[in-house]
Amino acid sequence: MIVKLIDFFRDRLRLVIRLCYGGLALLVAWDALFVDKHHAHTAVEHYPGFWSLFGFVACVLIIFVSKWYGHLGIMTREDYYDK
Amino acid sequence: MINNLWLHPSLILILGAMALPFFRGVLRKPFLLAIPTLAFAAVLFMPRGTFGVFQFLDWYVTFGRVDNLSLVFAYIMTLMCIIGTLYGLHVENEFEHMAAWFYVAGSLGVIFAADYLVLFLFWEVMAFSSVFLVWFRKREQSLATGYRYLLVHTAGGLALLAGFVLRYQATGGDLSFGPVGVDTPTLSTYLILIGFILNAAVPPFHAWLPDAYGEATVSGAVFMCAFTTKTAVYALARGFAGMDILVPLGVCMALYGVVYAVLENDSRRLLAYHIISQVGYMVAGVGIGTEMAINGACAHAFAHILYKGLLFMGTGSVLYMTGKSKFSELGGLYQKMPLAFLYTLIGGLSISAFPLFSGFVSKSMIVAAGFSEHIYWAAFLLMLASAGTFLHTGLKVPYFIWFGKNNCSAETWEKAADPPWNMQAAMIIASVLCIFIGSYTPYLYNMLPYPVHYEPYTGYHLSETLQILLFTALGFFLFTKKLAPEATISIDLDWFYRMGGRGFLWLARKPIQWADNAVSEAYRYLGLFPLMTTARFWSWFDWHAIDGVVDGVAKVVRGAGGQVRKVQSGQLQYNIFYAVSIVALLVTLYVFSS
Repeated sequence: MIVKLIDFFRDRLRLVIRLCYGGLALLVAWDALFVDKHHAHTAVEHYPGFWSLFGFVACVLIIFVSKWYGHLGIMTREDYYDK
Repeated sequence: MINNLWLHPSLILILGAMALPFFRGVLRKPFLLAIPTLAFAAVLFMPRGTFGVFQFLDWYVTFGRVDNLSLVFAYIMTLMCIIGTLYGLHVENEFEHMAAWFYVAGSLGVIFAADYLVLFLFWEVMAFSSVFLVWFRKREQSLATGYRYLLVHTAGGLALLAGFVLRYQATGGDLSFGPVGVDTPTLSTYLILIGFILNAAVPPFHAWLPDAYGEATVSGAVFMCAFTTKTAVYALARGFAGMDILVPLGVCMALYGVVYAVLENDSRRLLAYHIISQVGYMVAGVGIGTEMAINGACAHAFAHILYKGLLFMGTGSVLYMTGKSKFSELGGLYQKMPLAFLYTLIGGLSISAFPLFSGFVSKSMIVAAGFSEHIYWAAFLLMLASAGTFLHTGLKVPYFIWFGKNNCSAETWEKAADPPWNMQAAMIIASVLCIFIGSYTPYLYNMLPYPVHYEPYTGYHLSETLQILLFTALGFFLFTKKLAPEATISIDLDWFYRMGGRGFLWLARKPIQWADNAVSEAYRYLGLFPLMTTARFWSWFDWHAIDGVVDGVAKVVRGAGGQVRKVQSGQLQYNIFYAVSIVALLVTLYVFSS
């Protein structure tokens, strides 16, 4: 059943991707228009879609900074300690 | 004061472990399930108070301090013991079950201990029993990994020992374990702190964790991921609540784990790095130290034990079925192992704090405590780390094992299938609990040490969390190629003692042995040669001089004897005559001379 469901989505990948983008847009719209930001702790959080930007930038930062760090020589061959 | 009716759950597990080899055949599996269930029941019906006080030498030692803080940890640990044992029910090696139960008994012992002596005893039981869960993997490298694990934990144990002995001296004989006085820290405070944070895997004392957990047996890792670090979180919450330095340390941990998780190719080592990240939240919570933060740390430890156990069970079942745990040797398995995928996904969504899953109601409490104490830098960095959590555990792990490029060999693909019933049952229980905790907050919140004034399900919190998570997902799918698995290992701070150990061996082999040889040679020329020469001289001297003297004396005596023999004729009257004549001569000489 799970396999069928996954295959169902995989067969319609373009549609699924479009729906996801639509979902993201809706989420930002909801945040901008309806969410009560009374309890936000800092001023920046009042910008519409602040946490969307934060999440995306965080993800990109983590990927690129970590990989940059890893390729400085931290990532090495698997038998490094065996010699 | 002494109440021996109180039954220590550790005692149940230890006695059960010792009786286990006698239960064979059809009795084995019911017995395996009965003992952890009994221990859980003992915790469930445990009254609050102080129990198990005994006199030992000059001290009173207390095995049972039962209060809200110890109960919430004991509850989840005995529950996890049931789940873990169920997951490993098929394991034939009874010693592996025994090691796991002794290990849980060690954790529970620490949690109920009210003084440093009992705490230290169980602290060491934990290290010395869990190491077997690494050794029983029985790979070539398991032995070395286990010894490294043991050495690091022994060092931490020694710091703890030194700390509480100094404290004993400074306080004039106080061994009780409670808040250590974080406002006026002394050397003993820091030594105890080092002992605790080493077990919590706080950098720079963290490298033992991915090293050992990546190498542990399939079901051993399920136990290991739950107990050592969370026992340390308990000890920190009990002793070091409000210690400022723990906030930056916790934030560093949270980010450190995320960075190394990006680089990691082995799925179980990735999860191990994520333990460091998640425990970072708890350590930061303890550092913030308010009631809300301590509640958050306990709630997160509770939720973490379940979802991290679930994740290790999911990836463990892949390892169990296919023999592989590296992303570069897996992929595309959703057709073969769909159920394992589902459970792992639930674990991933829980750790990522998706609404309706357990992390959502626990992790946010710590971050909210940070915001309400106006420690903004820490709160924002923890939010950043939670994007990383979803990126790896929620997306990278399921994607590169069950989707993505199929790197499976024909043999791996052939072997892949959903795991046996007991493993699935354990994963179902953990999954249901993860969702239950996330959906029905009073279950967890009513167990926490302080009254909870926090509501996770607000519009703002939902919007904030969903935005971070879903835009992280967007980033992941845009840069999936960048995250493609690379068959590498990452150098971590264990480099220092792994290479340091090698350096020590080199030192032993090269300079020290050379020096040893040089000293031997020098001794041969400067010591042995003169000694031999002297010995030869004395031997000659003995032979010629001393023997000569002795022989000479003997010859003289023999010659004199011969002469005397000639003088003596043997007749008595002549002898008397000579004797009397000599006496008469002497008397005459004496008379005339005077």
